[in-house]
Amino acid sequence: MARAVSNRTKVINTAIAGTLGFVMFFPILWIIILSFKTEEDAIRAPLEVLFSAGWTTENFVTVQERSDYFKHFSNSVIIALGSTLLGLVIAIPAAWSMAFVPSKHTKNVLMWMLSTKMMPPVGVLVPIYLIFRDTGMLDSRIGLTIILMLINLPIIIWMLYTYFREIPGEILEAARMDGASLKKEILYVLAPMAVPGIASTILLNIILAWNEAFWTLNLTAAKAAPLTAFIASYSSPEGLFFAKLSAASIMAIAPILIMGWFSQKQLVRGLTFGAVK
Amino acid sequence: MISPAVILLFAWMIVPLSLTVYFSFLRYNLLKPGDKPFVGWENYYWFLTDPSFTAAMINTLVLVGGVLVITVIGGILFALLLDRPMFGQGIIRIMVIAPFFVMPTVAALVWKNMFMNPVNGIFGRIATGLGFPPVDFFGQMPLAAITIIVAWQWLPFATLVLLTALQSLDQDQLEASEMDGANWLNRFRYIMLPHLARAITVVILIQTIFLLSVFAEILVTTNGGPGTASTTLTYLVYVSSLLQYDVGMGSAGGVIAVILANIVAIFLMRMIGKNLDA
Repeated sequence: MARAVSNRTKVINTAIAGTLGFVMFFPILWIIILSFKTEEDAIRAPLEVLFSAGWTTENFVTVQERSDYFKHFSNSVIIALGSTLLGLVIAIPAAWSMAFVPSKHTKNVLMWMLSTKMMPPVGVLVPIYLIFRDTGMLDSRIGLTIILMLINLPIIIWMLYTYFREIPGEILEAARMDGASLKKEILYVLAPMAVPGIASTILLNIILAWNEAFWTLNLTAAKAAPLTAFIASYSSPEGLFFAKLSAASIMAIAPILIMGWFSQKQLVRGLTFGAVK
Repeated sequence: MISPAVILLFAWMIVPLSLTVYFSFLRYNLLKPGDKPFVGWENYYWFLTDPSFTAAMINTLVLVGGVLVITVIGGILFALLLDRPMFGQGIIRIMVIAPFFVMPTVAALVWKNMFMNPVNGIFGRIATGLGFPPVDFFGQMPLAAITIIVAWQWLPFATLVLLTALQSLDQDQLEASEMDGANWLNRFRYIMLPHLARAITVVILIQTIFLLSVFAEILVTTNGGPGTASTTLTYLVYVSSLLQYDVGMGSAGGVIAVILANIVAIFLMRMIGKNLDA
């Protein structure tokens, strides 16, 4: 029985939730507005900013020209995609076998993998930094890709495991009875059922890798710096250029904001390791 | 087929961690080349008796505790609100969740400059407009300012997890209690809150793990200052090892951070492990 809700209640709920949602979203909205303003307008009082006449796309051009924005953007793309794909190649077989051929150790292995995620990065900062320095991997995209793959690998395996486990084993038997070969079984029966889970895992992992801001800040300098580190270079005194900082920020967060909208449900699943469904 | 993953994770965990432990017993400074003598617990002694360690521990507790209080209470309220019928629920939910996807350096710089800057920031403008002196957030209350920024980033996560849990609540149970005359407060106290207890615990534990490692927000706003006013344990280890080049001391701090994180991790692992059996 669905409860009847009066429109008045709905309007009140909408007003309260809408206000709070607006407050949460306001900082993002504000940098969107500032990014289209001139520097002179951007540091005016809030209402003056809003009603100042000049709207410009100049900032986006300036950011690219002065600081080679696109290089950092492509670093982010390469590192986020690279670590995700590398992680998948390693995680899919592992998650697959644990989900379909579980042994009495499976639970312990999973828990142990999870425990590696609990290690605070500062606990290994010094040796990783020295190893990277000695092998010439400091400020390299490959080094960062490997590190990000490793720190997110437990999450990838866990997410895939929880998705794979939902695929009923009987369906495999049925396919086998119908005479499907192993290759056909994987290609036509399992793969289509696994695709949504794998896609969600990719999405969440790209978001996590894109926003990672401990290793990216500590292991990169000018060359391999992704957007997290590039934006950090605005901390002072260029931070006072509000419009340019806003333009750079918006370009840095826009792709992830869009992906995030698609991954709300997977986020809970991935980051709580299945503890909340 | 799980061996590549196991080997990689094992290497990733054991190699650097044993190096950290090893370094923590050496007098090892990158600025002083030469031999690295074994000095026993000396690094631990100096790290633990340094006044900035006490400050960092207190700051870490205040930051983690502050963010947890804001996000859990705020998260429960947001989740309860978003669970009610309304127009445009999808859009409102997206607006609430959006901050989680903003990278830490952007979040920190935007709050620092556009909102908390005493001259040009919105908060400063409002204060001046109302005739009050503007607050210099990062000069006067740096830790509170960072807490606000981090809470803004994590409130969406708490909301989302609690909302997910709330939506799995049996509606019939709520209706039955309503018919029995339970008011909203009682329904919340005796049905919703117990149902949410597990999700709240998960939120607290997972956020604690991540919050213990908050780094970028401090780096781009205060650099741990003024003095050590916003230096956390994570940041202190970064300062000792990568700014003062004291590998021995930094490693000792790293080991201490690992031990602290593990205390939290044990509780979290138990909860997740129980769920795995179910």
